[in-house]
Amino acid sequence: MTKALTGIAASDGIAIAKAFRLENAELSVEKRSVSDTAQEVARFEAAINLAVEELEEIKKRTASQISDKEAAIFGAHLLVLADPELIGPIKEQIDTAQVNAEFALEETAQTFIDLFEAMDNDYMKERAADIRDVKKRVLSHLLGVTIQSPGMIDSEVIVVAEDLTPSDTVQLNPKFVKGFITDIGGRTSHSAILARTLEIPAVVGAKSVMADVTNGTTLVVDGLDGQVIIDPDAATIAEYEQKKESYEQQKAEWAKMKLEPTITKDGHAVELGANIGSPKDTAGVIDNGGEAIGLYRTEFLYMGRDQFPTEDEQVDAYSAVLVAMGEKPTVVRTLDIGGDKELSYLALPKELNPFLGLRAIRLCLEMEDMFRTQLRALLRSSVHGNLKIMFPMIATLDEFRQAKALLVDERAKLVSEGIAVSERIEVGIMVEIPSTAVMADVFAKEVDFFSIGTNDLIQYTMAADRMNERVSYLYQPFNPAILRLVKRVIDAAHAEGKWVGMCGEMAGDEIAIPILLGLGLDEFSMSASSILKARAQISKLSKDEMAGHTERILALATSDEVETYVKNIM
Amino acid sequence: MVEKQFTITDEAGMHARPASALVGSLAKFSSDITMEHKGKKVNMKSILGVMSLGIPTGSVVTVAADGADEAEAIAKIAEVMAAEGISTP
Repeated sequence: MTKALTGIAASDGIAIAKAFRLENAELSVEKRSVSDTAQEVARFEAAINLAVEELEEIKKRTASQISDKEAAIFGAHLLVLADPELIGPIKEQIDTAQVNAEFALEETAQTFIDLFEAMDNDYMKERAADIRDVKKRVLSHLLGVTIQSPGMIDSEVIVVAEDLTPSDTVQLNPKFVKGFITDIGGRTSHSAILARTLEIPAVVGAKSVMADVTNGTTLVVDGLDGQVIIDPDAATIAEYEQKKESYEQQKAEWAKMKLEPTITKDGHAVELGANIGSPKDTAGVIDNGGEAIGLYRTEFLYMGRDQFPTEDEQVDAYSAVLVAMGEKPTVVRTLDIGGDKELSYLALPKELNPFLGLRAIRLCLEMEDMFRTQLRALLRSSVHGNLKIMFPMIATLDEFRQAKALLVDERAKLVSEGIAVSERIEVGIMVEIPSTAVMADVFAKEVDFFSIGTNDLIQYTMAADRMNERVSYLYQPFNPAILRLVKRVIDAAHAEGKWVGMCGEMAGDEIAIPILLGLGLDEFSMSASSILKARAQISKLSKDEMAGHTERILALATSDEVETYVKNIM
Repeated sequence: MVEKQFTITDEAGMHARPASALVGSLAKFSSDITMEHKGKKVNMKSILGVMSLGIPTGSVVTVAADGADEAEAIAKIAEVMAAEGISTP
């Protein structure tokens, strides 16, 4: 009987194959009193040894079939099994409380699980899943219950389970496991993340897949839309095979575009960049065919720690990014902190209106030493690549001149100290405050470039908080007011021979891209995963044709009219 | 007893990979080895103990070894921290 289930799309792709049920072993723990505690401890040790043997086998197999990196998690599990703070207390509890090993194991492991789950950090919370995994393995040996090993699958299947433990997911061999579906879980759970790494389509949170599916049933797993079809008819299978083929064709097309420049149908080149938060993100930029970094958010260097990053630490981070990008332009935004973005070690007075308060460049100009340290670090790292610096939240020309003067001063000091600094560092600003957009023609004479920060520009222009559900309908990227401001900025820059980029979400939006192309935007910076799709879209658009539509678009009255117009011409 | 301080500079802090490398390298030493962060002290031969400190980047930790092979233990810790690229001494 055919049935459709809706879950959460956890990993892109489509698979059609037979179901393989990964059963949740019945591992119920009862408390029993034991008289021969020495024997019970020995039984516990034997179970540990079996678990260790098993893990070493799985680790070896995973390393050879998948990768060393994925196999490393089993190394960590082995360390847990050798952990004196876990094993010691369990043996002691068996001895002194005269209880069975299952109960002692369950209790002790649970205290650690609770400890990790209570931690603030998501990464640490995930480690609780690892402890559960190890506990389950030892329990299975104590209770004499076999747990299925996904690593043993040797034909093409779609794995179906209530949930996948980290060690289950890591054993999934993409050669045989064509997709998986779970009853529980979310998009950021361990298994979902690993599914995306292994590029296996997955749907999680399907709620009743274990109840509804028997072994060998044909399944469709649609990781693009979060759909599962149980026992599809021939017509449905054909439909999904078509969808699968289109998806794979598109993926191949995009992969081809990875190393290609971004050129419109009528031969105009634009630059596609990525927005990043840390040096770790650069691999994703290159992998996704990024031609530049349009925004490196430096505040992540300052967050999640208990003191300021030193100048040297900053130099290391900025240099790492510059080296990874080579000649590709790398635009670094100076510290954009304050207001709602707090630092635990920086006591700032509470403001009633943080979005309109002391933050970003305002805070940096007031805390000059902190700002100078960042500027020095940027200047010192500049020799490693193609650095461009931009200041956030600039509202007046005075602020820009002041910030630039500090930069020039720090450069002079470094040069007199004999430290090498790049000769070609462009200095620009984010355009996110309406006053700056309105005065773009004046700014254009003094900055080297603009980067339009639409996320905040839209909020400030429409005077609406996009996080406030009651007024978020006013957050309208396509409101003609915003488009007119964008045009103003681009025209002003081009009149002075300067370039304009956009680093807000709008830059990657498929309805906005045609408009921005027509307006003459030079650089589109977005999340790395959107770059190839944007490149494919731009290759099919004609810039001149879109420019021809600009006058009409800007004469429209409402956001809806703009969206309708663009959708009609696409 | 030998003590030494390290600053954890890896932006992911003391995460599973370097923690595993550290703990794994210390099992063979007979000395008592502890790691302390913000007043919390744990047995460094315990992976769960080390992970439970939840050490973020930019933290200073104090490592102490007490026993016959304490000097070698501290040297090993410095070696592994450097090899994993997570700290500056």
